[in-house]
Amino acid sequence: MEWETVIGLEVHVSLSTKSKLFSGTASEFGAEPNTQANIFDLALPGTLPVFNEEALKMAVRFGLAIGAEIGERSVFDRKNYFYPDLPKGYQVTQLDFPTVGKGALTITLEDGTEKVIGVTRAHIEENAGKSLHEEFSGQSGIDLNRAGEPLLEIVSEPEITNAKEAVAYLKKLHSIVRYLDISDAIMAQGSMRCDVNVSIRPKGETELGTRTEIKNINSFRFVEKAINSEIIRQQEVIEDGGEVVQETRRYDANKDITTSMRSKEVANDYRYFPEPDLLPVVIDESFISAIKAELPELPDAKKERFMQEFSLSNYDAGVLTATREMAEYFEEVAKNCGDAKLAANWVTGDLLALLNKNDMEITESPIRSERLATLISRIKDNTISGKIAKTVFETMLEDDAGVDEIIEKKGLKQVTDTGEIEKLVDEVIANNPDQVQQLKDGKEQVLGFLVGQAMKLSQGKANPGQVNQLLREKIQ
Amino acid sequence: MIEKTAAELSQALSSGVISSVELTQSYLDRIKKYNAELNAYITICEDTALSQAKTADEKRAAGDSSPLLGVPLAHKDIFCTNGVTTTCGSRMLHNFVAPYDATVVEKFNTAGAVMLGKTNMDEFAMGSSNETSFFGPVKNPWDIKRVPGGSSGGSAAAVAADLCAMATGTDTGGSIRQPAAFCGITGFKPSYGRVSRWGMIAFASSLDQAGPLCKSAEDAALMTNVMAGLDKKDSTSIDKPVEDYAATLNDSLQGLKIGIPKQHFAEGLTAEVEKGIREALREYEKLGATLIEVDLPNNHLSVSAYYVVAPAEASANLSRYDGVRYGYRCENPVDLDDMYKRTRSEGFGDEVKRRILVGTYALSAGYYDAYYRKAQKIRRLIKNDFVEAFKEVDVIVGPTSPHTAFELGAKTDPVTMYLEDIYTIAVNLAGLPGISIPAGLSNGLPIGMHIVGKDFGEAKLLNVAHQFQQQTDWHRQKPNFGQEG
Repeated sequence: MEWETVIGLEVHVSLSTKSKLFSGTASEFGAEPNTQANIFDLALPGTLPVFNEEALKMAVRFGLAIGAEIGERSVFDRKNYFYPDLPKGYQVTQLDFPTVGKGALTITLEDGTEKVIGVTRAHIEENAGKSLHEEFSGQSGIDLNRAGEPLLEIVSEPEITNAKEAVAYLKKLHSIVRYLDISDAIMAQGSMRCDVNVSIRPKGETELGTRTEIKNINSFRFVEKAINSEIIRQQEVIEDGGEVVQETRRYDANKDITTSMRSKEVANDYRYFPEPDLLPVVIDESFISAIKAELPELPDAKKERFMQEFSLSNYDAGVLTATREMAEYFEEVAKNCGDAKLAANWVTGDLLALLNKNDMEITESPIRSERLATLISRIKDNTISGKIAKTVFETMLEDDAGVDEIIEKKGLKQVTDTGEIEKLVDEVIANNPDQVQQLKDGKEQVLGFLVGQAMKLSQGKANPGQVNQLLREKIQ
Repeated sequence: MIEKTAAELSQALSSGVISSVELTQSYLDRIKKYNAELNAYITICEDTALSQAKTADEKRAAGDSSPLLGVPLAHKDIFCTNGVTTTCGSRMLHNFVAPYDATVVEKFNTAGAVMLGKTNMDEFAMGSSNETSFFGPVKNPWDIKRVPGGSSGGSAAAVAADLCAMATGTDTGGSIRQPAAFCGITGFKPSYGRVSRWGMIAFASSLDQAGPLCKSAEDAALMTNVMAGLDKKDSTSIDKPVEDYAATLNDSLQGLKIGIPKQHFAEGLTAEVEKGIREALREYEKLGATLIEVDLPNNHLSVSAYYVVAPAEASANLSRYDGVRYGYRCENPVDLDDMYKRTRSEGFGDEVKRRILVGTYALSAGYYDAYYRKAQKIRRLIKNDFVEAFKEVDVIVGPTSPHTAFELGAKTDPVTMYLEDIYTIAVNLAGLPGISIPAGLSNGLPIGMHIVGKDFGEAKLLNVAHQFQQQTDWHRQKPNFGQEG
């Protein structure tokens, strides 16, 4: 039987506010356990929450960025359950009136086509602390540094149909929240987390199948693998005559399988009700328009601009705007060298290859944008050829001297002296009489060969344009 | 001297008739002598009280004339006090010492009042007789076989027996006003949001409100002047200017329109309380007020709605008492579930457990609409009843409680106990200010008169109460308890 898959994602991003959602405690990553928890975070009796407006602004920024409805009146609710890393015994979240309502974002698929994925809602809530079971034998440790940190939970519509789309959606979200500067969104550190709802149904069927939820996957790659392994599992269950059970599952990366965590029978009744310690948050039009006015250029708009302004291809513009840092890097190179097209070629070509090879992010690039811009400038002003530039680029990795210094030191400066080039051209003509004849007979391709010979002779330093021109002049 | 009102003590202190240290010592001596019998205090702060009194005397000598400077008070043991145990009347917090002061406590400290100790209360403020306290019941000084009312029973008994000049309390459904009525003192619940709840241990967050228990409406005004105001630490506190509540106490009541809710003079009200209140109302007529019957058609729903909303909020508010971080933890738990179950089974008393169960049930999937949502709707109806009534009248007056103080152990059925607050609960649901003042005696027991004001109409309410006390001396009546020495 042919199956189709329906996927919905719940993504938590940790908002990078200076302090926690309802207390003044700082919320830095990686501090000593329990050093970032005050009397409210510890849920001492009589303490009360005070809403951090910075989190509200960030949520609204996100909402505006995905064209979502902004809740003029959002209401916090208590979600009740007992766990030692949840000090109050309830989590404060938004159930019926989230700050961000329906919106959408566009993903680009591998074949270059675009697809719009709906976002159902995004709500503000507080994080729980962390339980540490391994570090203490026979006991559990509780670290409340994370407790009360602001999260934005972004819920997608079930409009994703395979693992690759899911990853594209996640990457797009990642890109947007980083463009907006509202979250580090580092999956490995937990500042972006993803729960995946997966169900399958016979192709063409309109009813949804029973879904399972895979919790807390912490990398893009594992999201893809977890979904694929869960799809296969569900297919096998059904094809063997069984039924998919609605439950929460965990992805085991070592075995590349999902395993059951708990089934719905023992699921909690969270007994949500409006949080009486907080008033509803009412936002007016001027609050929203002030935030709108400060929105940065977002990836889709930037991509469009790159294509228009710099005549970049759809693909290149997509690569260069995939992350805010990449776009910033590119724009700096382009501005400093004055040639966006060349800048795009270098960034998407040699630089990206280098980064990929070393598994580096653009922020970790061993070549800073100003150096790359200088290198490109030297191509433009004919100091070096594009080919020699690749040699200089390699050298720049080991030698952090200035681009000009490297060119000078290694004697890579392009030969533009007409006399010297003439000598080269004469030598090539003398050494290749057959090819010269062929060119005279009209076999144009041979010109390339002859230019190549001259370049080789000059160890790549001759100006290819001049060589080309002289050869033509001499072989008439 | 100890029987005097805070306002009178303030004058005595400022004229040098007595020092705060002498006054504080007199109260401490009296507490030592009589507290064992009344059980009004859970914690007595002898040393810190005397040192605060000494500081107050020094400040007064240096020219500080703050009204409550050096006046000894007691805090209900629901307010967190830095370095002093705060039990909330529960085994769960029998050993809990907060590293912070509640905003109310901080404000009285700043005003220079002397804290004598922490008063007994129904466990987590859940009760109307002070019998649910882990630290044992409080006795009513008017008759020690009777209850002082609750949940602020310790504060009410302490004020009535002159074991302090004034006390703080909290009122979720009547917990200031009903014990004030039973103990023959003045008890005032301001509008919801008027006094910060920060550092006050939560029972039902949308209903809890702190207020004074004291010897006169004037004292209530002086205390409210200290307690009221916006607090950035409590998001539900209101950003409205605080009036000087003492300034308008002497305004004339000529032309005042008093609403008489027919539902508060109906079946269930005892004849002697009705008689007392009717007589008190005649005093108001003498002062130039007119009485107008008003209708509160949804009043009969208030107790039911309250016993859904309050337990629902409490069920979540009390989840933090899990034995993990502070307070009571059971011995040798075998695992997490065992720790939770035994800690909470052993740490909470029956009434608290009953309300947690009721609240949990009311919020459960499938019951939420039938209970919690419906109760919230009723709450709006009740609020609306008052809005309508206040279009016709300035204040609403009736009995605080259907009867006078009952005997310890007399009410064993929880629902009967819940009906204790039939006249007071609606005021919490509507968020309005309400005061109970002494309005007579019946068989040697005080009768409380309940006056309800408009939203943030504290000043008018206190003015109305004060004028009655200028006309009568019911608030000067003292129990025989402790009079021999």
